Parts: sequence; structure tokens; C-alpha cells
Amino acid sequence: MTVQPPTAGPEAGPDQRGAFSSRRVFILAAIGSAVGLGNIWRFPYVTYENGGGAFIIPYLVALLTAGLPFLLFDYAIGHRFRGSAPLSFRRMRRTGEVLGWWQVGICAVIAVYYAVIIAWALRYTLFSVDKAWGADPNAFFFEDYLQVAAEPAIGFDLVPGVLVPLVIVWGATLMVMVLGVQKGIGATAVIFMPLLVIAFTVLVVRALLLPGAADGLNALFTPDWSALADTAVWAAAFGQIFFSLSVGFGIMITYASYVDLRTDMTGSGLVVGFSNSGFEVLAGIGVFAALGFMAQASGVGVDEVATDGLGLAFIAFPVIISEAPAGAFIGVLFFGCLVLAGFTSLVSVIEVVISGVRDKLDLSRTAASLAVGVPAALLSILLFATTTGVPILDTADHFINRFGILLVAVVAVLVVTWVYRELPELRGHLNATASVTLGRWWMLLVGVIIPAVLVVILVREARATLESPYGGYPAWLINTIGWGSAIGVAVLAVVLTVLPWNSRTSLEPPPELHDKRTDEHVPEEQR
Amino acid sequence: MTGPALAMMMLAILVVWGGLALAILNLVRYKGDEPDQVRRDL
Repeated sequence: MTVQPPTAGPEAGPDQRGAFSSRRVFILAAIGSAVGLGNIWRFPYVTYENGGGAFIIPYLVALLTAGLPFLLFDYAIGHRFRGSAPLSFRRMRRTGEVLGWWQVGICAVIAVYYAVIIAWALRYTLFSVDKAWGADPNAFFFEDYLQVAAEPAIGFDLVPGVLVPLVIVWGATLMVMVLGVQKGIGATAVIFMPLLVIAFTVLVVRALLLPGAADGLNALFTPDWSALADTAVWAAAFGQIFFSLSVGFGIMITYASYVDLRTDMTGSGLVVGFSNSGFEVLAGIGVFAALGFMAQASGVGVDEVATDGLGLAFIAFPVIISEAPAGAFIGVLFFGCLVLAGFTSLVSVIEVVISGVRDKLDLSRTAASLAVGVPAALLSILLFATTTGVPILDTADHFINRFGILLVAVVAVLVVTWVYRELPELRGHLNATASVTLGRWWMLLVGVIIPAVLVVILVREARATLESPYGGYPAWLINTIGWGSAIGVAVLAVVLTVLPWNSRTSLEPPPELHDKRTDEHVPEEQR
Repeated sequence: MTGPALAMMMLAILVVWGGLALAILNLVRYKGDEPDQVRRDL
């Protein structure tokens, strides 16, 4: 059946913005955004470090009381106001636009450095075939492959081994973005997500069959109940859920704006949230089974090999691949999964920027994709395909996550709840088509509990960052790249807010599908 | 695997994957007025 959905305004209807062709495509795209590198290389170690099996309890509490409610908050904004993050907030209130541009700026920064990690993973997929790292994966990664400079600096000595896969990643990203919401983003998710689940499941099964796998799982899941009394463990659980679900920085607002107004968003949100956590648990099992093998093969305890992030992916796993039977197979699967998971997340991050620019300037899909994607790709190459890229990436990632994403999330929920007092309308909007209706408890969670928890996490992070220089990096790097990027996106947001909208973009809130005063459908001709 | 570790792993799997199964079931059984397919892309 072909259906024309209600339009947001006479000049800026969804047909001009693009849309997902069905709820299934939207759910896969949203899962593709949520499931990223952090699910694979962050969750297992956070669990291990914060009470092992006992961490599952605060993790589930965080999922149910913060992750899913925040996800639905983002969905409600995008689905109700039918626009990119800036346009949705602008339609909510005139002063809200700055929040949307703040989120756009954060996504622009993330996209620029996130792409290079996917490029490394792409190259390592090939390295896995002949185990090119030899006997010392650590030296190979930093010295032979990345050719990291001795001191942190901003230089432009390109590294061909990084440059080539990075160009491929950006080329593929631009192609997806030009193809549009359904044929690009949607089609990518429909192909990549099932492929990711199958490949990762095979990887986990292979890891479980390795000798020592049980030791790794014991290390991961043996509960330390005393951890439950530690507020840092609860902060880690809420932080993991928050960062993992891709909430609070415009992605879910943007994706929800591409969904038909009659779609059940609460039911869809539950599927996305539990899928993301389901993948994390799967990743935890696979990663620690492999680390258990590595520990046994090295004759050390799991605590001596357990790590996260780049160390896990590009140093620990190459060791596992070198020592395990059929290691090349494991390597191709592992790094292939990183590429798949990372790429669908990168696409979602850059879409936030493209969508904002499209709405503001009323550009065509192709023009907006190129206007955003080409400069982002060039900056990404200039900064990160070089011998000085790693410290810059590490610093930007640390600061933009904490003092970008966390901060804008706190400000957005507080403003929408207590200044705009918009939560009742958002709840009504979601409930109009909901399979799982939201009570007043949802407003309590979004308006009180979530900001309170995020403020606690933010204060902890700020204190840790101010106490000692992050990563031992020099002050100039922390001030320019770290604080500079976090503060810069906020300043840029103000500047972009001042710029006028294209006259063809409607800034009026679109009509509701259901008129809640009478609880009747709005007639087709009035939509 | 030790008993406590096995129990916590099973708990995590049951709650998270069970939650996913229930969420999918809810979505499949819900009869809203959502169209099966909407057209378009630009």
C-alpha cells in the first residue's frame, strides 16, 4: 500500500526530506546507530571493572530507568516535530534551536574522528589474513602501522596505510548519504545489521570453543556484590547505557523524524533498547571468552590481559588471532564486525549534520551530503591520517563525549522539562500511537531522575579531568583540541542559530495526527 | 564456569534477550493503524 504521510508544512513535507519505508527499516537503522564500537570494546571491560556479574543489576536498572526513557524522549521530539535536531527544537520553541545546533556540532566532531577508527579496523581485517603484526602487535600498531610521532603535535605527515582505508570509508559514507534516507541509510542497515549479528554470533561460538574460555567468562560474570554499594559503579552503569544507546545528541531525533506519524514509537524503542543491550551481552561473552584463551595461552591471569578500547581491538585481539587455531578466521570476523558496527553508527552521526544543513538551507540531498561530507572527509584525513592523529583523536573523543554529549543532554532535558514544560505534550504524542503507553512515571524519569544522574556523572568526570591532565597530554593539546572542541561546538551553535532559515522551511509545529482534546483523528484533508 | 558466574550470565541473557523477545512479540501483535509500507525516498 502506498500512503502519503501527513506533512510538516506546505513547503517542507517529508517527501522532500526522505523517510524510512517502514517501521522495520527504522528499527534496524536505529539499532545500527546504537550498536557501535563501544558495544564491542567498552561494555565488556566496564562490566569486568565494576563488579563483574553484580554490574548486571545497576546496568539493567540504568537501562529501564534512564536509557529507554531517554530514547523515547528523543523519539518523541523528532517524531512530533518532524525535523532535524535544530528544526525540531526550533519548532518546539524559538529559543530551542541552539540546542539542536549544539548537537549537530558534536556529531560533526565525532564523525571526523570516528571514521578513522573504522579505517583502522578495515585495514586490520586484511592484516588478519596473514597476521601482519608478527610477534609484537603493540609495536606494530603504534610504530609500524600508525607511525605515531614521539611527541603530541599537529602535523600533516600522511600515513598511506591509514589514508587509503580512510578514503574508502569516507567514499562509502558519502555514497550512502547521497543515496538518501531509505536507499542509503535504510538499505545499509537492512543489509549490515543481520550480517553483523550473524558474523558476531559465529565469532562468539568460535571464541567459546577456545581453551580457557570458561576462565574468561568467570572473570567477567563472577559477582562482586560489594560493588553495588559503590556509587562509582552505578555511575559507570548509567554512563555505559547513556553512551551506548546514542541518545542525547540528535541521532534519534533525526531518525525519528523520518518515521511515519502512525508508527508505534514506544514499542519500536523497546526493541531498539533491548537489541542494543542484547548485543552488548553477546559482545561481553565473546570478548572475555577470547581473553580467557589469551590468558591461558600466555600463562597469566585474565586480569593481566583484560583491557578495552584500542588496546583490546588492536593489540589484545591480534595476540589472540596469532595464537588461536583458525586465528585468521577469527580476525576477519572480529575486525569485519567492527567495520560493520562502526559504519552504521558513522552514517547516523553524519546524518544529524546533513539533516540540519538541509533543513536550514533547503538544499537537495546530494548538495547537503557533499557540502557536509567533503569538508568532513578532508578534515578527517588532514588530522587523523597522519603521524600525529592518535593523541588528537584520544583527546577530542574524551572531551566531546563528556563536555559535549553529556552536557547538552543535561541542558536539553532540563530546558524541555522545566522551561518549555513540553513533556506532557511529548507523552501525549507518543501515547497516541503507542503499544506500551507511558504514564506520569515517564515524565518523572525524564525530568528528574535522568538529569540528576547525568549531573552526577558530569561532575565526576569534570573533577577527574581537572585534577590531572587527561592522558598525561600537554596543556596546549588539552586546551585546543579538548576544551576547544567542547566549547567551540557550543559557540558555533549560537552563531548558526542567528543565521536565518530558508523561507521555504516551515518553522511551525506540524499538526498532530491525533487531536488529543477530542481524541479523534485529524481528517486527512487537514493534515 | 563457577556457579555464581554461570548464574549471573544466565540472568543477563534471560533478562536482556528475554526482554528483546517480549518487545518484538509486543510489536508484532500490536494492531495500530500504521501502514505496512510507506513510499518514498529523496
